[in-house]
Amino acid sequence: MIDETLAQRTLEVALARGGDFAEVFVEDKRSSSGHLDDAKIEELGSGRSRGAGIRVVVGDTTGFAHTADLSEKGLSAAAEAAAAAARGGGGGVRQVALTPRQTSPQPVVERPEEVAKATKVELLRRADEVARSAGNAIKQVSASYGDSRRRILVANSDGVLATDDQTRTLFVVGVVATGDTGMQTGRRSIGHTMGFELFDRYQVEDLARDAAEQALTKLMARPAPSGELPVVIGPGGGGVLFHEACGHGLEADHIQKNVSVFAGRVGEQVASPLVTIVDDATMAQEWGTFAIDDEGTPAQRNVLIQDGILTDYMWDQLRARKEGRALSGNGRRQSYQHLPMVRMTNTYLTNGNSDPDQILADTPNGIYVAHLGGGQVNTATGDFVFGMTEAYLIEDGKITDPLREGNLIGNGPKVLELIDAVGNDFAMGPPGTCGKDGQGVPVGDGVPTLRVTQLTVGGTAA
Amino acid sequence: MSSELLEMADRIVAQAKGNEQVEVVVGRSSSTEVRVYEGQVEQFSSATSAGIGVRVISDQRQGFAYAASLDPDVLGETLAEARDNASFATRDEWLGLAEPDGVEVQELDLYRPGIDKVATDDKIDLALALEKAVRSGDRRITGVDSADYADGVSEAAVVSTAGIRVVSRDASCYVSVSCVAEDGGDTQTGYGFSVGRLPDELDLEAAAADATKRATRLLGATKPASSRVTVVLDPYVTAQFLGLIGGTLSGEAVLKGRSLFADRLGEEVAAGNFTLIDDPTNPLAYTASETDGEGLASRRNVLIDGGRLQQFVHNAYTGRRAGAASTANAVRGFASTPGVGCRALSLVPGTKSQEELLAEVGEGVLISSVKGLHSGVNLVSGDFSTGAEGLRISGGALAEPLREFTIGSTLQKMLSGVVEVGGDLEWLPTRAAGLSLVVRDVTVSGS
Repeated sequence: MIDETLAQRTLEVALARGGDFAEVFVEDKRSSSGHLDDAKIEELGSGRSRGAGIRVVVGDTTGFAHTADLSEKGLSAAAEAAAAAARGGGGGVRQVALTPRQTSPQPVVERPEEVAKATKVELLRRADEVARSAGNAIKQVSASYGDSRRRILVANSDGVLATDDQTRTLFVVGVVATGDTGMQTGRRSIGHTMGFELFDRYQVEDLARDAAEQALTKLMARPAPSGELPVVIGPGGGGVLFHEACGHGLEADHIQKNVSVFAGRVGEQVASPLVTIVDDATMAQEWGTFAIDDEGTPAQRNVLIQDGILTDYMWDQLRARKEGRALSGNGRRQSYQHLPMVRMTNTYLTNGNSDPDQILADTPNGIYVAHLGGGQVNTATGDFVFGMTEAYLIEDGKITDPLREGNLIGNGPKVLELIDAVGNDFAMGPPGTCGKDGQGVPVGDGVPTLRVTQLTVGGTAA
Repeated sequence: MSSELLEMADRIVAQAKGNEQVEVVVGRSSSTEVRVYEGQVEQFSSATSAGIGVRVISDQRQGFAYAASLDPDVLGETLAEARDNASFATRDEWLGLAEPDGVEVQELDLYRPGIDKVATDDKIDLALALEKAVRSGDRRITGVDSADYADGVSEAAVVSTAGIRVVSRDASCYVSVSCVAEDGGDTQTGYGFSVGRLPDELDLEAAAADATKRATRLLGATKPASSRVTVVLDPYVTAQFLGLIGGTLSGEAVLKGRSLFADRLGEEVAAGNFTLIDDPTNPLAYTASETDGEGLASRRNVLIDGGRLQQFVHNAYTGRRAGAASTANAVRGFASTPGVGCRALSLVPGTKSQEELLAEVGEGVLISSVKGLHSGVNLVSGDFSTGAEGLRISGGALAEPLREFTIGSTLQKMLSGVVEVGGDLEWLPTRAAGLSLVVRDVTVSGS
């Protein structure tokens, strides 16, 4: 990366025109990927991206510049550009003293960059073989492998100097099946903040089998109902519901600009008493986990909603400074080319007490969502959607017909209050990418089985 | 235009060994982004980024590598990495780079020199003026959470051993604003934007008016009852819908059995008033560019003509496999191999304004925005289900605002169910132009 004294000098250049805060963020990211489609290994790819993003804050103005040139000259030029952009007045010399912070990156047992490419390619072939043999109706299989190693260094004018070394490994299988009703898709993915040992923990054959099974099941899917219904959500990926229903609404930047329905509600009941929601970047090896956020703040476990009462928002440096409060470790950015902002990490609903089978049996009619897709929210109105990629009708407390894909829509605060059962089978879901203001960051989500008494299902069946 | 990028690419291509095919893309872009809030600059970013992508085809195998840097040491490493990656791919006799096809590159005037000379203060002033216009427009507007100005210049060179050697440059700018309206305890949001190739082409008043209108007309919105209706898609929503349809016409999707329309060339797939064109040579299109991602000259392709499916879009590989030629639809950034995609879609417009369309529809719903396209639309199965907001159409005019509902159908049904194509064509900062579109028999899911 860059050495401590260079970081220090760069910060001093950044503050040469005055300013309240300056930060140097250095990132070195290497990645490798493999893709199989139509029974062929299409290509292996690899990439490298390395650079620094420098910001200077003067009052409420942030100036930002980035560069791929990590020499002293390159960094100084970027620092000067950021300072000019912040339009600071005054001058004078500002000394910065950096105190290195101890951090423990997530452990890696088998470095993906040391694994032979042939071994990675073999995973793709194994997945393809198993998915194709799942049935005659399977018409197409695609599989993707990816690994990345992202090293970061953060130095700022508060004296913080911290580094992290984040390795992520990912595998995705997609399947297309064809039947009388047309084509259907199945998809499974697995990803963790760990090395190639991911494939000792999970077998790609299981992913392939499950993805194929999902596509085959959906061949028999009928149009989903249309209108308000009770919805039972299965454990794991259902966390997307909370990510959209309240996650974004609890980001302090939305709160401070008063574009969140949760603004001004700390201490109030905002959800059913069964609901406790946590954002936690310390969860061992989950997709949204790290040792430090992209502003150098150590990862934390933050309780956002406790037994239905709103306890805290999520914060980044600027928002926390403005509020005069402690950091929460939620300052993240897509790359050194982007400014950080408040982002989620791993967001989940804590375990409840009910028996998941009983929750289902106690639901006379409705739909059961086994797997969710992504979602979207308008934090100012609270309206949010999430997709169902595998869902079934519930009739007389039993899961019956598979349903075609669609979106469900609800209003965050209302939906949180309508959660009337939470199971005891907590699980984390598949790896996700959260998009906000044009930036994507890796996030995790998790839930136990739960029931919402009413959500609007966007189907087409009368 | 800078020959620097071409020369960098030339140097790598020159290192091709024996029968190796090598293609190099070198890209560079610089951008400025200003966000203002409450009369002050909140964020100001200015930077340049560059990178190189190298594709190697050797012994019927393809490998790829990229680097986000134009450092000479890195360039050599990238070629080596791409070569190594090629050795692991499956042999594919259809692989090959694009070859010059005799179609001349049209000069599209996408870069106006003045853009480099615009003063920073002027850019800031545009964002401030936009924020002020929205704040002071309507008393129900209680906040502007962001008002942005951004501009960017980008250049890309594509050089290959197959004889491709092109470089192109384009520049554009936009302003956008996001605001909140409140009335009687209800909150709604709106956005507006304006795009152009030079700042003096930007229409701040229109952007402010759009944002205000979008936010205020939804105030007091309620959840509708579920029903089957005729919808009128607002131009921006139509643009998003066309982008999805474009995805189903990708030669790659067809090749790999993922396209709804794979077996339907020559057949009626849409209503007779639906003519869909992909034309990146139209300088009015925000996404216009002179060449595609493999360096072939952009050209106009008629995809659906009067409802009949005429062609799919191809890059060199999918074209070759389909027994057709590339339609110059390779899409990529420097960090990836060429995919296939539509580049600048538009429908041939009709003649009526949105008001006239509403009058004809009589009863239905105007859809002013949709949510969750990535989570409720499946291009393989055709399922279409998105969150929506809009207004009831009653007695041929807009009536009460509606929210927290979804619209659902299938892509196939929606295409056949196009009742009318509006004449209100708008060039938007997306891969498709928008206009009002009337579609029958769509399921509204609410209460």
